[in-house]
Amino acid sequence: MSAHAGGYSADPRIRWIESLPWIVAVAAFFALPEYLSLGARILIYILYALSLDLIVGYAGIVTLGHSAYFGLGAYVAGILAAKAGIGDPMVQLAAAAAAGALLGIGTGAIILRTKALTLLMLTLAITSVMLEIANKATALTGGADGLSGVIVAPIFGLFRFDIFGKTAYLYCLLALLIGWWLVRKMIYSPFGTSLTGVRENSLRMHAIGAPVYWRLVLVYTLSATIAGVAGGLITQTNQFVGLNVFSFESAGELLVMLILGGVGRIYGAFVGPVVYLIAQDLLAKQFPEYWYFGIGTMLVLVVMFARGGILGILDSILVKLRRRP
Amino acid sequence: MNIALETRGLCKSFGALTVADDIDFRLESGARHALIGPNGAGKTTFVNMLTGALPPSSGTIVLGGEDITAMRQAKRVKRGLGRTFQINALFRRLPVLDNVALAVAERCGVARRMLRAASAHGDVREESMELLATLGLAEDAGVRILDLPYGKQRLVEIAIALGLKPSVLLLDEPAAGVPSLESHRILQVLDNLPKHIAILIIEHDMDLVFRFAQRITVLVQGEVLVEGPPDEIARDRRVHQVYLGEQHHA
Amino acid sequence: MEAFFASLVSVAFHGTALGMILYVISVGLSVTMGLMGFANLAHGVFAMAGGYVLTTAISRFGAPFPLALVLAFAFVAAASVVLERLLYSRLYTASDLEQVLFTIGLIFIAVAVARFIYGTLQQPVVLPDYLKGQFALLGRDFPAYRVFIIVFSAVMVGLLWFGVERTRWGAMVRATVDNRAMAQSVGIDTKRLFTLTFALGSGLAGLGGGLGAEIIAIQPSYPFENLVYFLVVVSVGGLGSLRGPFVAALLIGIADTACKYWLPQYGAFPIYVATIAILLWRPAGLAGRHA
Ligand SMILES: Nc1ncnc2c1ncn2[C@@H]1O[C@H](COP(=O)(O)OP(=O)(O)OP(=O)(O)O)[C@@H](O)[C@H]1O
Ligand SMILES: [Mg+2]
Repeated sequence: MSAHAGGYSADPRIRWIESLPWIVAVAAFFALPEYLSLGARILIYILYALSLDLIVGYAGIVTLGHSAYFGLGAYVAGILAAKAGIGDPMVQLAAAAAAGALLGIGTGAIILRTKALTLLMLTLAITSVMLEIANKATALTGGADGLSGVIVAPIFGLFRFDIFGKTAYLYCLLALLIGWWLVRKMIYSPFGTSLTGVRENSLRMHAIGAPVYWRLVLVYTLSATIAGVAGGLITQTNQFVGLNVFSFESAGELLVMLILGGVGRIYGAFVGPVVYLIAQDLLAKQFPEYWYFGIGTMLVLVVMFARGGILGILDSILVKLRRRP
Repeated sequence: MNIALETRGLCKSFGALTVADDIDFRLESGARHALIGPNGAGKTTFVNMLTGALPPSSGTIVLGGEDITAMRQAKRVKRGLGRTFQINALFRRLPVLDNVALAVAERCGVARRMLRAASAHGDVREESMELLATLGLAEDAGVRILDLPYGKQRLVEIAIALGLKPSVLLLDEPAAGVPSLESHRILQVLDNLPKHIAILIIEHDMDLVFRFAQRITVLVQGEVLVEGPPDEIARDRRVHQVYLGEQHHA
Repeated sequence: MEAFFASLVSVAFHGTALGMILYVISVGLSVTMGLMGFANLAHGVFAMAGGYVLTTAISRFGAPFPLALVLAFAFVAAASVVLERLLYSRLYTASDLEQVLFTIGLIFIAVAVARFIYGTLQQPVVLPDYLKGQFALLGRDFPAYRVFIIVFSAVMVGLLWFGVERTRWGAMVRATVDNRAMAQSVGIDTKRLFTLTFALGSGLAGLGGGLGAEIIAIQPSYPFENLVYFLVVVSVGGLGSLRGPFVAALLIGIADTACKYWLPQYGAFPIYVATIAILLWRPAGLAGRHA
């Protein structure tokens, strides 16, 4: 598999092609200054999709509730900034991460005892609970109006968030770089391999003495932590949080991005959000009906014909090209 | 002789269906023991209870002198209990090497590490490769299970269990459905297993059973019909009836 | 005291009506999930389609109400056969993730189509005169249409249960839910059984969507917004069961109405928490079998 599967015979060194996303990101920074806010959004969604890929693509946990952790991170950062007057972005981010981690371990420990539909249902229910809380605790969250007045102080007291979004873009890029490095390291480690083992055959993992449940709780918590950070970032760059961070549509959209890029291959989480969010920016506003229709059709087609997503298609094209003399 | 594994009054029912009925069973250390019986006799269920995959309805299971009836599956493995599956339970999209290395890594306690790369754990790799070599699978190390012929998949099934270095090994029909060339290979592997491992093999192929086993237990409808050395079993009228009866139906 | 009693009766009544609707919509989901193991998140699409068929038949073509109900059932059932044969059947052996994604895709498509044809506004339901007004019972007045919903659904539920208990089709369904391999080996044509059952379940969802259009508003985001409710009914009730989801649907209908009435400040929060608690207590649902 040319996908990034890790394992005991995989070479963990970073290949030159893996620098491509970073080159593109830096080039975009200089070449497309008027699109930096969209760019930051894409970077955040890549981080968010990466956290989802860890549990869906590698550990094989099917969830519709990942927005619970993203949304919590977003609200925690927002509430700190708007209500508690804590403007330091690092503190906000750390709090968002901690909140994601706590909710991740608490809910993960409960729901990962179940499987299949029950698990799916529980993830949905947890997100719905979070949505209800955010909706009803208006004093803290602003309810349906959302939470505005999010103030973010300069990073380390030095770098101010400017109106062009330059600082925000670089800040998100750095966060993504760290997140990517951690996720990649994990995937290539024995732990990551054991996760793919669980995905492939949890019956057998039990039979070789793996503490399957604890491994899943651990990866779920890590993933929730990263999602919490992504949520914190979205609040900081938008300087606003709304209920939509918890919506089922947004959890669905994230899955769509991941699937579009390719599941269980790290860089699918890069390609998906880029394609999806740019297409959304170009099309969704003008043609909302067609947009949803297009997304739906694409999902059906991907599941029917191209289960590896865009990267899967590229892979098979490359394989065919190589076979030719 | 030491007792490696023992059950006392082990029972299991699925609703009204009793699949294990008061099974008293002993496996001596280093034993070559076969468990035979017609389809649906409850052999696989028995193994599932031994490994902890299924909780028994009542009765106790003792491994190496310790009551493990309520012990979690993972802990039993750490105590030296290994098994194979009647229906392949492999990591289908992973290469053969990883299938075995996953088991080796669990045994060595490195499986939960996340800082160094898996492939940097040379000891796990080497041990897995050696194991594959002894099973004649060295050349297939990089092949995904999906792309492997069925006979070799059965060998991987055994290799994973051996990667755990078990002291008690439960083999659930290791040669079922394997073409004769490869079933020969499996027999060879079984013969070469370290002598100290206590082996319980479930098998329908009577030639294999009588060649391999020093002791045989016959299970019929969840009950132990008879147990003894092969020649006694071969002469036992009740066993003949069960098997002839079965052939009669078939 | 009298006022409290009155509100109690009112909550029980409206809750039962909602519960009945939820059951008629969700029972098909329970059976198909139990039967085929298919995680069909798009089930709400069938209910929504039924709602649109009903409202369109009445307001555009002036169809009488009973005919519109029949049409909602028949149209959705027929459409679902096409979908099942063309798409669903190819994914019976696919992974949970693929089934989930595929059905989310269907939801997106349905939402877009509904928006395209009907716009984003909710569809008004024009009731016939004989279902308007109040119905007096035991010295109280009840909205006639809700009474009709409860009675009509009860009849449908009775018919369905009778069908599953007493007909050959029902026996085959029960056998296949129990043990698919066994059912196949005794010669049950599971492929046809799936199609038929899927059509019936979807048709019922269409019927429920139409019948309940006044309670659960028909608008494009219907399949998204109500998905959780349908899934709660099925998972709390127990996959593949008929009676479990019935109990669950009534519980949820009444609990939801009670919460809206007495604890509006908490929204649907108590429902979700109760769902989580029940699933933790019995992961396979109230009527689910425990392995
Ligand atoms: N989870 C289960 N629920 C209900 N019944 C079961 C379950 N597992 C097994 N059974 C039943 O228990 C009986 C014994 O099954 P088991 O698989 O142990 O038989 P076996 O002796 O291994 O047969 P074979 O030789 O065919 O492998 C069978 O009738 C089977 O249908
Ligand atoms: Mg068996």
